[in-house]
Amino acid sequence: MRTVIEFRIEYLQRLAPDGDLVGDPPAFACDADEVLRMYRAMTLARAFDAKAVNLQRTGQLGTYASCLGHEATHIGIGAAMRAEDVLAPVYREVGTQLWRGVTMHEILLYWGGDERGNDFSGPRADFPWCVPIATQTLHATGAAMAFKIRREPRCAVATIGDGGTSEGAFYEALNVAGARALPVVFVVVNNGWAISVPVAAQTAARTLAQKAVAAGIPGLQVDGNDVIAVREAMSAALERARGGGGPTLVEALTYRLSDHTTADDASRYRSAREVDAARALEPLLRTRRFLEKADRWDAERERELLQACAREIDAAVAEYLAAPPPTTDAMFDHLFANLPERIREQRAAARRSAGTGGH
Amino acid sequence: MVEAVAMAHAWELQHDPAVVVIGEDVGANGGVFRATQGLQQRFGAERVQDTPLAEAAIAGVAIGMAAQGLKPIAEIQFMGFLYPALDQIINHMSRMRHRTRGRLSCPIVMRMPHGGGIHAPEHHSESVETLLCHVPGLRVVCPSSPARAYGLLLAAIRDPDPVMFLEPTRLYRASRQEVPDDGRALPLDRAFVLREGADVTIVSWGAMIAETLQAAAELVAAGVDAEVIDLASLSPIDATTILDSVAKTGRLVIVQEAARNVGVGAEVAAIVAEDGLYDLLAPIRRVAGYDTVMPLYRLEREYIPSVRRIVDAVRAVMVDSR
Repeated sequence: MRTVIEFRIEYLQRLAPDGDLVGDPPAFACDADEVLRMYRAMTLARAFDAKAVNLQRTGQLGTYASCLGHEATHIGIGAAMRAEDVLAPVYREVGTQLWRGVTMHEILLYWGGDERGNDFSGPRADFPWCVPIATQTLHATGAAMAFKIRREPRCAVATIGDGGTSEGAFYEALNVAGARALPVVFVVVNNGWAISVPVAAQTAARTLAQKAVAAGIPGLQVDGNDVIAVREAMSAALERARGGGGPTLVEALTYRLSDHTTADDASRYRSAREVDAARALEPLLRTRRFLEKADRWDAERERELLQACAREIDAAVAEYLAAPPPTTDAMFDHLFANLPERIREQRAAARRSAGTGGH
Repeated sequence: MVEAVAMAHAWELQHDPAVVVIGEDVGANGGVFRATQGLQQRFGAERVQDTPLAEAAIAGVAIGMAAQGLKPIAEIQFMGFLYPALDQIINHMSRMRHRTRGRLSCPIVMRMPHGGGIHAPEHHSESVETLLCHVPGLRVVCPSSPARAYGLLLAAIRDPDPVMFLEPTRLYRASRQEVPDDGRALPLDRAFVLREGADVTIVSWGAMIAETLQAAAELVAAGVDAEVIDLASLSPIDATTILDSVAKTGRLVIVQEAARNVGVGAEVAAIVAEDGLYDLLAPIRRVAGYDTVMPLYRLEREYIPSVRRIVDAVRAVMVDSR
């Protein structure tokens, strides 16, 4: 017997939990302004997220999937992407979407049961929220194929959860992207839990990054609570993809500090001790420590930032709450570019019986 | 008919740079039925691209391409292999325009062989159009001749929304006619009156049109003048053409290869029951495949409605008339 192939999965961390830089940091990490910009975005995402959960608890928003604890992964992805790149997100990538210009108003509209939230005013080519697990990985792959055929220097990024890696679509996407050397980066946001099922029950694989090996593409792990490492890994993967080097699988190790969604109660299946231990490693804490050590942050500036975030969020919430509800036409108008006769008849029927169904 | 399908591909590839062809074996092999014959040689391996063997990927990748401005024509090798792709088709392709308020859309044609009659192996002879017709946001089209395959495929490719294009397997070789390569599309959402008649309306589609027309010819000897309508657009259904015909003939027989239960024929019958009942002189009858698994080929001709079964149904309707 001889060894045909061996593989190795590397793990990247740049910002330790105590806020010290590790190893050989990338240039942007030495620019405190740049780190500050990402810290502000992470703080805004967290504050918005808390507000959204609160709106749901008070009956003003539908079921919502919190991103608490994912902020470094989300902002690291966003900061590495170019505006003309395309994101195919799961339903939890609030931070990345805010960074890319999806508005809080749009996010609230969508989770508030109004399809208009998916009509992003900012990133017009980004894919909408994707609820059916792992299916979005193929959309990113197809987008990348379009960019390649048209010779456009653009990349697609798909995010997926740890549970999503068990789906066939995930393997198909990695495989097609690898076989055609497409400019796409897949990010597994491994937050430890697929609703109530831990990663260890999802797969016997030691890492999710190694799923790349079977597809013949590079895979690596990053500390998903380390915004510098996530951005560095994503930048490298995107640069390679843009240059014709094909796809990469990035596994970002983080932790879902929240329930799965507002309809979930995580205390049914995991211990408070586990959550407390994870909270000590959460991403904002270490980024703030880094900035404090660089003498760029203090309690006063933190207080000002939180106030500024609250003002921005309150304005978006007011706009959301004041938005008129969709009419029944919204069920029909965009089903086809050219509405068939029978659909037009049903649209008229829905108008006539509008308001008779209650809530 | 298969040459007409290939010709329509070539016309659109030639005239619209956004059109791409993907699928299993569509490249050098020209498709297992030769529906993409010669296209890769002519338009290159990027615009006519073999995919890895994964139907969900074919549909999902087509969605990604379409949302970013291309117009993919995707081949599923047989309709019985469509099922892994249904998640993508139902959850995304059919509703991308709707979900994003028109920001992104899916101008995709999913082509696939439909129906039996060619002694194919198991899972290669299915006619499960009902699965697709029930999905909002999809158009489902099934041509019954080379000319309609050419014209309707052009229309499907040019349509800004997803079209499921079902190509009757047993017409690929058996149905032959000269088709001018003039780039002229036929209208979508419309049925075609193939034979005018005064006594009974027979609605069918796809390969069953051949048996239906033959039945209509045989019925002349029995003094029955049948009108034959090719539904062509299985979703949405052209109700007006059917209702106008039934208003004239007063009788309706529906012929489908697919299993009877909740088939497209049931929807045609319901349309006439709702909006044309008082025109009817006799109960509506359906001639359909049985509610069984499509049999292996020794029995496929027993499953597929025969000319005799159609003639018998029409005669029964004539006798039943008030």
